[in-house]
Amino acid sequence: MATTALPAQRRVLRRDLWWLEPLFIVVGLGLFVVYAFVTGVQTSGYHYAPYLSPFASPCISANCETYSFGRALLPAWFPPAFFVVWIPVAFRATCYFLRRSYYRAFFWSPPACAVPDARSGYTGETAFPFILQNVHRYAWYLAALLWVVDLYDALLAFHFPAGFGIGLGSVLMILDVVFLGLYVFSCHSCRYLCGGYLDRFHGKPVWHRMWSAVSRINTRHGVFFWLSLLFVVLTDLYIRLLVAGVITDPRIVFG
Amino acid sequence: MTETTEQVRRDATVRVFRGEDRTSGQFVEYTVPVDPGMVVLDVMFRVQQMRAPDLAVRWNCKAGKCGSCSAEINGRPKLMCMTRLSSLPPAEPITVAPMATFPLVRDLVTDVSFNYEKAKTIPAVRLAPPGPDGKRRMFQEEVDRVQEFHKCIECFLCQNVCHVIRDHEENKEAYAGPRFFVKLAALEMHPLDTRDRIEMIRAREGLGYCNITKCCTEVCPESIKITDNAIIPLKERVVSEFYDPLAWVKRRIFGGPDDGAKEPAAVADR
Repeated sequence: MATTALPAQRRVLRRDLWWLEPLFIVVGLGLFVVYAFVTGVQTSGYHYAPYLSPFASPCISANCETYSFGRALLPAWFPPAFFVVWIPVAFRATCYFLRRSYYRAFFWSPPACAVPDARSGYTGETAFPFILQNVHRYAWYLAALLWVVDLYDALLAFHFPAGFGIGLGSVLMILDVVFLGLYVFSCHSCRYLCGGYLDRFHGKPVWHRMWSAVSRINTRHGVFFWLSLLFVVLTDLYIRLLVAGVITDPRIVFG
Repeated sequence: MTETTEQVRRDATVRVFRGEDRTSGQFVEYTVPVDPGMVVLDVMFRVQQMRAPDLAVRWNCKAGKCGSCSAEINGRPKLMCMTRLSSLPPAEPITVAPMATFPLVRDLVTDVSFNYEKAKTIPAVRLAPPGPDGKRRMFQEEVDRVQEFHKCIECFLCQNVCHVIRDHEENKEAYAGPRFFVKLAALEMHPLDTRDRIEMIRAREGLGYCNITKCCTEVCPESIKITDNAIIPLKERVVSEFYDPLAWVKRRIFGGPDDGAKEPAAVADR
């Protein structure tokens, strides 16, 4: 029989690799933020007909290389991405899945389950700034609208000058819009709006079916978060490499 | 003992917390023989039988249904009766500690009365009047949603792992904890209940303290999706009531989601 001095209550007794998940999140999100900033400040290189990068869509400022709605709606004050990027930023920053991830990885509140918080005081989402997480539903309204524009862009990606066709860019853009759609419509706020607010489902079969469908994909919300993030980057990178002439777009055009 | 049994028997080393308070207590190491199929609670029994008869352990059913033997095994909150030795690294000593969030009684036993006090603050269900045929009816699709919440065995592992009170003792007054958000969700989504607890959930039970890091869901031995199915839907209901002017306008024009039949609940409504 051997004894050891008791650690304080706050000692970490976990011996598994609990730090691995926060590390993955810091690296993954960090890389995305750097990439998004670098691509977001560019004033060109995001359009290679008929492909338009999701970072620059909808392209509505006067300095756009192409206009999503046929003409410029805003002056050329900033790079085109600046006019719309705040919508996905607001949606993702207040996303219930991402909140879990960045509270753990960046705020260490807590870094992992049964691992002590980094800070001594804690007010959670009851006080500024985190009380602002309650705007998530508004961000969802806008993100859902933006997804419709992304869908429009993805459909345009099959419309080549010589007629209907399929290129690798078209495939990437359609995968991007599919994963974005799964991410946006598996959102917890969407689940609430699609019938989750009801106490009685009986006699409301449409609401019940919608809530059930969103509930099914909601269980994979985190997976769709990462997949949609990955495909936004891949699509943008692909278009930039096409514009730079580094690669060519394999495509079949039916004429 | 047959030769076959002897061949599969081996020893396990456990480091068990002993003491009556957390500062003077210490981990004591015991090595006891173990058999295939044993769970951590069985090892505690062996320690009691062979090494330390005064070891305090709370347990009842040995079947994962009474919620008594909650502890922290290798630093992770678990039920001792549902944690097989074969699921733990065989070459290392197994650390068994009491739940960190609640006051220590002795060894592995903690005083969980904090939870019973919180339970008293939750207004009970008040059913709507029966229909014209004198009966009250719930429908399957409504039962399906809240059924999960009724699986809770009150092991309080979710309360124990929740950092809001685990790491911040000062929040215990203002925060009910995940187990009671499950309870409140079951009541809020009850198709026949007539009480509105949303203001209470926000202001008195402290839902806003939860930052949805999902540890409660990770440790739940009944696999209740506490965060996704109880806490977040409650947060969304609070948003509708307090942070969404569009929802407020819609309620004013078209009435509440269930025809405004609910009345605000008070703590005394039991």
